[in-house]
Amino acid sequence: MRPVLALFAVLALLGTAAPATAQEVVFWHHYGDAEAEGLRAAVGAFEREHPGVDVRLVHTPFGAYASKLESAIPTGHGPDVFIDAHERLGTYARAGLVQPIGELGLALRLEYEPEHLGALAVDEVQYGLPVALKTAALYVNTDLLPTPPDSLEEIAALRGRLPEGVWPLVFEAESSYYDAALLHAWGGRLIDEDGAWAFEGEAAERTLATIRELTRAGVVPEEPNGDLVTQLFGSGQAATAIGGPWIAGDLPDDLSYTVVALPRVEAAGAAMRPYVTIEGVFVAAEAREPELARELALFLAGSDGSTLRARIGQQVVAARSPWQTERAAETPAFDPSGRLTAFRRAASDGIPMSTHANMRMAFEPAMRAIRKVLRGDVAPANALAEARHRFEDVTRPLPPERSPTVPLVVVGLVLLIVAISAVRRARDPQFRESLRASVPAYRYVAHAALAVGLLVIAPLAVGAATSLFAGYGTDMHYVGLANYADILTARGGELLGHGSFYLVLLVTVLWTLLNVAFHVGIGVALALLLNRPGLLLKGPYRVLLILPWAVPSYVTALSWKGMFHRQFGAINAILEAAGAEPVSWFAQWSTAFAANVATNVWLGFPFMMVVTLGALAAIPKDLYEAAAVDGANAWQRFRLITVPNLKPMLAPAVVMGSVWTFNMFNVVFLVSGGEPDGSTEILVSEAYRWAFTRSAQYGYAAAYAVLIFGILFFSTRVIGRRVEGMGGTA
Amino acid sequence: MSERRGGLLVELLVHLALLTAVVVALYPILWVITLAVSPGEAPEPRVLPIPSEWSLDNFREVAGRTDDDGTWLFGVQLFNSLFISAATAVVAIAIATPAAYAMSRFDFVGKAGATRTILATQMFPGVAAAIPLYLMMDFLGLIDTRTGLILVYATTSVPFAVFQLRGAFDGIPRDLEEAAMVDGATRFGAFVRVVLPAARPALAVTCLFAFMTAWNEFILAATFMNEEAMFTLPVVLQRYVGEYESRWGAFAAGAILVSVPVMALFYWLQRHLVGGLAGAVKG
Repeated sequence: MRPVLALFAVLALLGTAAPATAQEVVFWHHYGDAEAEGLRAAVGAFEREHPGVDVRLVHTPFGAYASKLESAIPTGHGPDVFIDAHERLGTYARAGLVQPIGELGLALRLEYEPEHLGALAVDEVQYGLPVALKTAALYVNTDLLPTPPDSLEEIAALRGRLPEGVWPLVFEAESSYYDAALLHAWGGRLIDEDGAWAFEGEAAERTLATIRELTRAGVVPEEPNGDLVTQLFGSGQAATAIGGPWIAGDLPDDLSYTVVALPRVEAAGAAMRPYVTIEGVFVAAEAREPELARELALFLAGSDGSTLRARIGQQVVAARSPWQTERAAETPAFDPSGRLTAFRRAASDGIPMSTHANMRMAFEPAMRAIRKVLRGDVAPANALAEARHRFEDVTRPLPPERSPTVPLVVVGLVLLIVAISAVRRARDPQFRESLRASVPAYRYVAHAALAVGLLVIAPLAVGAATSLFAGYGTDMHYVGLANYADILTARGGELLGHGSFYLVLLVTVLWTLLNVAFHVGIGVALALLLNRPGLLLKGPYRVLLILPWAVPSYVTALSWKGMFHRQFGAINAILEAAGAEPVSWFAQWSTAFAANVATNVWLGFPFMMVVTLGALAAIPKDLYEAAAVDGANAWQRFRLITVPNLKPMLAPAVVMGSVWTFNMFNVVFLVSGGEPDGSTEILVSEAYRWAFTRSAQYGYAAAYAVLIFGILFFSTRVIGRRVEGMGGTA
Repeated sequence: MSERRGGLLVELLVHLALLTAVVVALYPILWVITLAVSPGEAPEPRVLPIPSEWSLDNFREVAGRTDDDGTWLFGVQLFNSLFISAATAVVAIAIATPAAYAMSRFDFVGKAGATRTILATQMFPGVAAAIPLYLMMDFLGLIDTRTGLILVYATTSVPFAVFQLRGAFDGIPRDLEEAAMVDGATRFGAFVRVVLPAARPALAVTCLFAFMTAWNEFILAATFMNEEAMFTLPVVLQRYVGEYESRWGAFAAGAILVSVPVMALFYWLQRHLVGGLAGAVKG
């Protein structure tokens, strides 16, 4: 066994040291398989033109893409060239992660539309070149609708005229990204040029009213997500769908459909104009071979690279020349169906997303307002006013920079006092004696203390210290306790107002208490049943009941979310089969919270069950025998022997379980996502939102983390002391 | 002897309750399986998670991934996951076991503080530690290495492992090792030869916990690893959930593939699981 392990270790070490060739360019992307294939073809052509150059394509999962770039480029582990959406350029440029692409010749400038090129510039400096355009268009099922509808009104009028069970239109009606197309038709915007909130007034209200009307009239299904859009359209259950080119890959081959520009909105007198994302290719600030990296970027975005990506990767490329054909009505050879051409036209008519850093922070408040209007009876104007408030909350100006002298002096003094008291204590002969007696124990503990101290406690301490800083990404400045003051005063709002620290804390406490109560209740009950002597099928039961624990929770949590879907979820199907009304689970706080709790109880009861089984096995059998001899009945034996013996043995598991539940971020994030309106958020998911969906405000997130730690630390100590006290008097 | 009467009825009720629990436990998992084996299924509200058509395409796609040179990527990544998780378990146990033994058997200066620190490490949300850890790994030159990930996972698992093993050691009578020491064994010898074998179930369970920590983690793995050939399986799964399109069928298939080894471990260790935690909970 041992030689095998050693071999593995050697292999693992060898695998880490890759030989470096003279000219290597590292290229990062987050493309799916089809697009990646087109990229590979283009890169291959570049390599043939540049013998001796090796381009290494690295696929990085999208979820970690931005944060990886931010941490890897400054430390020299990053790419030389990478692809990303133009909206993130502002953040990258501010953090100094990208370098200017340099002078472009006139021919190259003419290759792109001015807006697309302009989207990849910051303060007149061109940082990247447009690679591909991502935008939405209208998919039309040509079996159901031989001629594509011209207007939204025409689509709405299809209701009742289509075969049973077919929706006139399916799109992600709750997503602010898709709804913005409608907003643009009415002449509105999500944010203005200066990054201020603009999603209000008549255009916004009419947009919300239109979406509500479409949903209520049964033109579009409720709670649609991207997957549902693909499935409904792909199975012929929707006559039209709004979606991007990325949907096409998942549609069955035998479906006959076409793609056209988004329809007009007659009432607004204009066409829907989708957001356009311009994917750019950038040269990283720390590129090892900047000249070569630049050449690669120019090649990929240029005519030859673009043609290859369009032909093989079926990408809607930004460059103009691949699209030019002899006659205007024709489509290029790589696009026989004309689908890509339709998307390319839609992109020209669309509106490039704002590069302002506030753009990304506008989607969440806007989406919450949309959902509120769709699911509740809130007037659009009120929901929009709340959304503005929320947007201003997350984009509020950062606290001013402060001088760190005072805290440094304080820290210095504290360290001095600690050092003096340590020295004084060390002089105490009694203490020296007990220290000497501890030496054998330290031999067993030292390496664990060292490892945990260095790799667990030190990073946490550094993380805690970032709570004294404010800023976006790695661009931070010292602000003292301003983050804490901000959180603890509910950012100037009502103390128990929406999203305030105290309200979220209340939800978190309720969440923890309910979950732990159910975990213990169900876990102990099942363990008692399993522990019955002579139970048949004990082994199979035990294994099957442990399963929720064995499957990764990020998967099962998503499965639960699907089960709670309003129209297609299994829970409502069961309710309807039983004759009950279906429930819109994420529309009210109570049901959304219940959905979260149900998921987490399901995930957590096996642990308590197993712990209880272990504890039950440890209760001496003779206790029961003695009790039986004394004539105690089953209930008395349970109350007088099982319960008192179980309690102290379960206590540590309950404490540990409470701490874990308090910080159970996965379930809240994946199941309700804070719906409705952020009200089911718990403290830790709030911290994650500040770190990951609100422009990387790590300092603010760290302040939340420290507060969570403080609350848990003191409450477990207080509870621990009370439990000990009770044990002492009993 | 009133309990004998209606014994059959009680037995039936017990089985009914357990069967209900099993159905609830399996139901969401069956949906994951349905999603994985039925590509392009039309969405309709259904009570029973039974796929209308079967196909293993999703599994074939996930498990069959290769890179440009034709290397079997999934195999490499499976090896990464197995190697990193197993090494995490071994390293975590090696660090935690002696410490837990000392916490159980010795009195020493700082013991109370250590106990409190162990619990405290479980309370701090990890969101704040990822970036400092990255910088530290970078300083040590361990970015993009399995060693770095193993070190981080193993140390994160140590506090809970100590907590658990300490409880197990507390449950082992001291007479055992004292007898060995009377027979001439050193304290360390008695620990290795007498206490450790007696704590085998608890060691197995602690191993399983550390293994699972590493097996299911993806945030740190995605941050520390740049090469696809270095990814672990949970990171690979994320590739099916992109910015614009999410391929839930492939995601579900991957999730099942990821769960199978853990399920096998659970099955294999299930008897130890109960015994191993029995000691721990006395802590």
